Amino acid sequence: MKFAPIILACFTSLLGAQEPDFARDVFPILRKNCYACHGPGMQQSGFRLDDAAAALEGGNSGAAILPGKSAESPLLRRVHGNKGLPAMPPGPKRLAEADARTLAAWIDAGAKFPATHVARVKNPRPTSQHWAFQTLRRPELPASTTNLVAHNEIDHFVLARLAKEGIAPAPPADKRVLLRRLSLDLTGLPPTVEEMATFLGDTQAGAYERQVDRLLASPHYGERWARPWLDQARYADSDGYEKDWTRPWAWRWRRWVIDSLNRDQPFDEFTRDQLAGDLVPNATTEQRVATGFHRNTLTNREGGIDDNQFRFEAVMDRSNTVANVWLGLTTACAQCHDHKYDPITQKDHYALYAFFDNAEEVDIDAPLPGEIGPWLRTRAEYQAKREKLLAEYNVAPLQAAWEKEILYTIQHPGERTDWDLAWDCVKKLTEGGDGGKIVQIPPAQRTAREQDILTDHFIGNYHFAVGQKKYKELKLDELKKKIAALKTSYPQLTQAMTLVERPVPQPSHVRVRGDYKSLGVAVEPNTPAVLPPLNAEGRPTRLDLARWLTSPENPLTARVFVNRVWQELFGAGLVRTPEDFGVRSEKPIYPELLDWLAAEFQENRWSRKNILRKIVLSSTYRQSADARPELNERDPNNTLLARQNRLRLPAEVIRDSALAAGNLLTHAVGGPSVQPPIPPGVMEMSYASRGWGVSWNEATGPERYRRGLYIQFLRTSPYPLLANFDAPKSTVTACKRDRSNTPLQALNLLNDPVFLEAAQALAVRTLTEAPANYRSRLDAAFAFALGRPATDAEALRLSDYLEKQETLLDGDEKALAALAPVSLPGVSRTHQAAWTGLASIVLNLDEFITRE
Amino acid sequence: MFDERQLLLTHGRRDFLRRTAAALSTAALVDLGLAAEAVDPLLPRQPHYAPKAKNVIFLFQEGAPSQMDLFDPKPALEKWHGQSLPPELTKDLKLAFIKPSAKVLASPRKFAQHGQSGMVFSDLLPYTSKHADLLCMIRSMKSEAFNHHPGQLLLFSGHMTGGRPSMGAWVTYGLGSEARNLPAFVAMQSGPGTSAGSDLWTNGFLPSLYQGTVLRSSGDPILYLSNPAGFSAASQRARLDALRDLNTQHLERTGDAEIASRIHSYELAYRMQTAGPELTDLSQESEATRESYGLNEKETRAYGTNLLLARRLVERGTRFVLCMHSGWDHHASINSNLPKLCKETDKPTAALLADLEQRGLLKNTLVVWGGEFGRTPMSELRRPEDVNGAGRDHHPDGYSLWLAGAGVKAGQTIGETDELGLKITRDPIEVHDLQATLLHLLGMDHTKLTYRHMGRDFRLTDVHGHIVKQICS
Repeated sequence: MKFAPIILACFTSLLGAQEPDFARDVFPILRKNCYACHGPGMQQSGFRLDDAAAALEGGNSGAAILPGKSAESPLLRRVHGNKGLPAMPPGPKRLAEADARTLAAWIDAGAKFPATHVARVKNPRPTSQHWAFQTLRRPELPASTTNLVAHNEIDHFVLARLAKEGIAPAPPADKRVLLRRLSLDLTGLPPTVEEMATFLGDTQAGAYERQVDRLLASPHYGERWARPWLDQARYADSDGYEKDWTRPWAWRWRRWVIDSLNRDQPFDEFTRDQLAGDLVPNATTEQRVATGFHRNTLTNREGGIDDNQFRFEAVMDRSNTVANVWLGLTTACAQCHDHKYDPITQKDHYALYAFFDNAEEVDIDAPLPGEIGPWLRTRAEYQAKREKLLAEYNVAPLQAAWEKEILYTIQHPGERTDWDLAWDCVKKLTEGGDGGKIVQIPPAQRTAREQDILTDHFIGNYHFAVGQKKYKELKLDELKKKIAALKTSYPQLTQAMTLVERPVPQPSHVRVRGDYKSLGVAVEPNTPAVLPPLNAEGRPTRLDLARWLTSPENPLTARVFVNRVWQELFGAGLVRTPEDFGVRSEKPIYPELLDWLAAEFQENRWSRKNILRKIVLSSTYRQSADARPELNERDPNNTLLARQNRLRLPAEVIRDSALAAGNLLTHAVGGPSVQPPIPPGVMEMSYASRGWGVSWNEATGPERYRRGLYIQFLRTSPYPLLANFDAPKSTVTACKRDRSNTPLQALNLLNDPVFLEAAQALAVRTLTEAPANYRSRLDAAFAFALGRPATDAEALRLSDYLEKQETLLDGDEKALAALAPVSLPGVSRTHQAAWTGLASIVLNLDEFITRE
Repeated sequence: MFDERQLLLTHGRRDFLRRTAAALSTAALVDLGLAAEAVDPLLPRQPHYAPKAKNVIFLFQEGAPSQMDLFDPKPALEKWHGQSLPPELTKDLKLAFIKPSAKVLASPRKFAQHGQSGMVFSDLLPYTSKHADLLCMIRSMKSEAFNHHPGQLLLFSGHMTGGRPSMGAWVTYGLGSEARNLPAFVAMQSGPGTSAGSDLWTNGFLPSLYQGTVLRSSGDPILYLSNPAGFSAASQRARLDALRDLNTQHLERTGDAEIASRIHSYELAYRMQTAGPELTDLSQESEATRESYGLNEKETRAYGTNLLLARRLVERGTRFVLCMHSGWDHHASINSNLPKLCKETDKPTAALLADLEQRGLLKNTLVVWGGEFGRTPMSELRRPEDVNGAGRDHHPDGYSLWLAGAGVKAGQTIGETDELGLKITRDPIEVHDLQATLLHLLGMDHTKLTYRHMGRDFRLTDVHGHIVKQICS
């Protein structure tokens, strides 16, 4: 290719005498070969040749035609297909040699377009007939279906369709099944025996509605419904890359989500706070905390990485996640090129990216109620002690000299490997703030908080610069421990991970072929052109984006949201591709119902509790889940909803239910993540084993029995129960969970000490609380675990088991000690141990781990 | 054993369930009207075309072994030892810790040719080099990543950021598994934990059952495999029998086939409880075998045990075995640390090759040995005063990796790097090409092994990858 310019130059001179005429020579070539993708109908990669100004301006990668310089013009380069890129036009037919020469000659002659070469529509807004992009309108209810019981509007849609198909709906579920379903769906916890008794005893009209209201008012409602949101937000308690450091304050945002749900914060405000809480005028701490949604992106602290790459990845993940969570769009496809299926261009994608490109990560004090007083009262004393310690170890002069060297190293990289490494560590390993930035602020201009962060980093990491020997001579390792101890002995404020906007916006660019290093044309923040336009004054911000997402004109947000709520309650959405509402999505089964729900959600002040109440009050929801063999052929996947579905419980709820059956569960809401027992060897499979400060300190006391939602999630060593039962990996957004059925799950429930402990507790509870006869006890155990008494057949089978188990255990002291560690008055050890076995059977039943 | 199919035909479904509850097999569940895949999605599946290899053992050397101290001698470095290379040679290098001006570190290793093919190895690999004629050596591997976690993600999931399925998950998704009582995809670790951790065996967005199962070196070989305290074999069986009967009763009440699958899963779990300990009972192996894998020596025991287990797994039909050995990240003291790592791994690796060949397993098993990238010809010296502390930085452009076994054209060395080991000069093979070739040997077209997720058909090779014909026999 080196010689190409010379050859082309020769052609140019040859053709010099007869300069190509655009209309006669060039236009036919362009129209025939290029217009299909770069013409009036389509402008792939933002490039069009049917308009002189636009053609000269170029596409996403910049100018394509450099008048007078054909050899350097990307247009000609693409025609020749160099740099490993496919030749244009794509496909088997290459541009004829003669045509390429004509184009070259035309460019060399100045690429002159006639004045008439102007496109009729300059920036056509793409249009689409795709259903999900059409304005949302509340549909009329279908004609009344009076002969059937409809509880609310939802049923009108379903029953009308079923009637048309000649299918009768399923009968309502049994009351016991119904309350267990409702409790698990609204709070993620099974009903207690008392709650069940109340419901069964309530024969007045509105009994069910009273249960719905009670459960929606429960603080556990927020926990249950936080979980799918956490999945979508790819929440985790660790960085995700290599050292996979824990994020000790990630939970602060989780707490905000639970709280927002419990106070039924309208979804538009919920959206606004998470997308742009920092930009709301007079933003509160809670609103800033809400932006922590975007801090769930992965962080790479690996030495020597290109920070630009991972910042790009994180910002990209933010915009992809927002597009997917709120719009159900898979814009990630447009990172490298225009979307293959949906009318989303690469430029659209980077315009969305630009909203987040100007945000920075900042950790803030985010005190919980009651924290500030004690903190203020002890602050002076704490600071004095800290200063004294720092003076004792001579930190100030050491740190000043260290900072000087770091600043020198920034200016002179490559001179000293040790200091290069120390500088890299300032950038990667500073906790609680951006060390790389702080060290470059003159000390006098730093905030006290910034100074403390940098000093703490210095104390812990000075050895990277001077070696462990010197570091230990200075006893800085000792000081590090003392500072840590001092911190734990004084009240500290809870921290939160948040976003803030850079004061001066920096331009964002399209990245050519998605490569973070290849800057294309500059883009302003904007929303995809196929959707209704964004209204903003001046440069659009995240706040404008949030308003646009929840504006009445937005056709997607409400539809996508209600579909995901529906999915939680029926096992599948009305649109069965909840992650994709684009043109390749599955058509909704009940399009009018979806729109009706979406409109109801929008118009009823975006209340999540309201929409949830609507759905669970429908007779469609209340149907029995039993199979209907007569419909197996016609509707094998139950898409028409002629019954409910049996759904295996999520990982966390399986554990919660077992702990609840044994009355072990700790009901506290919110707070830091917990570390329940983990089998040895799990953490050793990740970098954590290398002693980079990640460890698992098994909780004792009630913390051990907190809900699964609070189990510390480390991305490179996920808690085994969560991994076994389909919890997402939390690397990217996830809007639905599998419900797999594997032998490893069976082993987990059969043999995990946690579940055996729950079985022991269930046995003890049964033997102490129920009347001392087999049947009463059995019914009690079933009631604790399943919310129903045992059937006669079950009683018969389990009495056989109990007998056999007692025979097997008789005299086996070791087994008795394991199964019945605490002896109960009036019950033989053998009997009690046998009951532990029986209880574990109950906790392994398919019914137990299923919402029916 | 009775004929389940016949029973089903002559009795009603309920009756069938009651009678067969003791031995519900996949076949029986299929007869209940469940699609075979719904009952056991890991049943073996036909590849796209006739495969050369059935199973894979991937010997992942985590941390990036130094190619120029093991496989790709660079005598020209001696001339430059202790000096900086001219800037025009180093300006395009992607480096993690050092700068382009770092001083060259020549290799102190002695290299020799081995086998009929004359393949070159350094003196650190006296065992593996004996099997030179079984190997296909690549000296021109190229990665886009120059940091560990992204590099490991790229090698195993085809993309530098997380969230995608690992290679083993893709392979089991494509082919299922012959092993009914053992996992289809197994991961084993020796040395400290890896940078990528569970990302190396994750199912990503594929269904969870394609997730690799960790075979552990201490405690239960498979998590929760042994009965909890207080449960003898007999009481475990009694528990499972009662559980099965109650689940069957509930299946009759609700008619939900998912319960039949659940019963099946519990029976598989029970069989795994027998098959697992049988698998890990290495006393069944001869003393000669145990010795050859290095089980009698402290240094080699951990990795050797995993490799012996790998052989036992493929013997029992496991589709993909990932053996990870970490510790190759020699930024410092490479001349003392590299020999240590070679000592830990060389002998067991050679034993695995010999053992597979001797048992005829190499005919259907593909073995891959390699890391996520290679190391620089220049030295990294973190403490200037510590001259013995020199190591090498990350180098993704031209590292070495070898393959052996089914479908591999052995006894050849592919590719070439320049005399300083800075750049590839012949036959570059990108990570995606390796993946495409691996799938090809397993009978799968890498462009057709796809999974729809987020509106897009994803592949292990992303949008890249060419089959390297030269590797294939």
